Amino acid sequence: MRHFVSQGTYQSLRSYAMPALLLCTAFAIPAILAAAAPPGPTLSIDIEKFAYAPKEITIAPGTKIVWTNHDETPHTVTSNDKSFASKGIDTDDRFEHTFAIEGDFGYICTLHPFMTGVVHVRKQ
Amino acid sequence: MSIHDATDLGHNPARRRALSCLAAWTGAAIVWTVTGGVPRALGATRTGIPPSVPKNALSFVQISDTHIGFRKEANPDVAGSLRHAIAEINALPQVPAFVVHTGDVSHLSKPEEFGKARELLQEFRVDRVHTIPGEHDTIDEGVNGYLKFFDHDSNGKSWYSFEQGGVHFIALNNVINFKAGTMASLGDEQIGWMKNDLASVTDSTPIVVLAHIPLWTIWEPWGWGTADSAEAVALLRRFGSVTVLNGHIHQVLQKVEGNIALHTAMSLAYPLPTPGQPGIGEPGPVTVPGTELGKLLGTRQISVVRGKQELALIDTPLEG
Repeated sequence: MRHFVSQGTYQSLRSYAMPALLLCTAFAIPAILAAAAPPGPTLSIDIEKFAYAPKEITIAPGTKIVWTNHDETPHTVTSNDKSFASKGIDTDDRFEHTFAIEGDFGYICTLHPFMTGVVHVRKQ
Repeated sequence: MSIHDATDLGHNPARRRALSCLAAWTGAAIVWTVTGGVPRALGATRTGIPPSVPKNALSFVQISDTHIGFRKEANPDVAGSLRHAIAEINALPQVPAFVVHTGDVSHLSKPEEFGKARELLQEFRVDRVHTIPGEHDTIDEGVNGYLKFFDHDSNGKSWYSFEQGGVHFIALNNVINFKAGTMASLGDEQIGWMKNDLASVTDSTPIVVLAHIPLWTIWEPWGWGTADSAEAVALLRRFGSVTVLNGHIHQVLQKVEGNIALHTAMSLAYPLPTPGQPGIGEPGPVTVPGTELGKLLGTRQISVVRGKQELALIDTPLEG
């Protein structure tokens, strides 16, 4: 499932890495973050057949989400709290937003408000 | 095209039979009279010459959903479709008093789309073209982008009224107030304005209401209705003749409630599916063979005879 990609990657690391490497990583990552915040992961949400897929997603702070419209009809990605809002996303066009802080961000398509989605941002 | 929600169309078997006939006339021009709020189908123009507009009638034309800027497979030349319609309307034997456009003038609410649409609409040989916004006209800047090109009443609201030929016209904006999981609405401010506007209008004055999204619920899962339409319709009940002209759903449907007749119009861009159509779960553009497209796009001519409650509606496809 697309919205668990980043978690799956972490699990793979845990499965195959040696404990010593994990120990090093545990100390190294905060140091790297302090030096220069690396770009967070990027996840995709498809807009297809008048629906967001996945409709609900849980991500870590700093994650960028890219929505891509596959319909012949334009759609928007407009948050309920107005913290982010796309313009009209035409066919094959994209909209992206990086979620910096924790929270639950519901959003709709203003052209078709029966289309709803939610992004849960949680420290992992 | 077909007629839906037969339970809403009353229990009159004769009316249901007439509507069944209409469903069979897909793509044909349909001639209507509306007497005392009850529509009666007279015939299809494809089978003969449509009844002419009476000489003392106010005649106007409705077009809708031009979606200027759309260029996908369902219609790569929406400007050409609009030009086709303009040429046919300009050639009518009796020049209409004006044209009304019931929304979705543009496809993506881009300034260049509004500019192109305004340029094309100026080719109509009529005194005025009235427009109202559709939800496609309010995507990027709300209604403000639309108003830069089509602010008819200079009130910055996009709703207004006017009198012509003894008829009171009300142009509404029901593509604001979008909220998650609900249909669009008119909002308290606009309904309050409508109440004040109608206060000085006599019961016997014919009323014509223009709104993009239907003022009755056709199919809620697709947002084909107006959340607070009941409040607006309640304000219209005291009048002897009320005709509501909508767009949005790109097909002809109608409903009668007492003296209030509600009609949706064909688009000039592309057809949309009918709710419940097998295999279609969402209201996206329907691509049909090129030879069929013109039958599913069209215009409507309306005439009002002073002193009568009858409105004649003639729906005409671009290609019969």
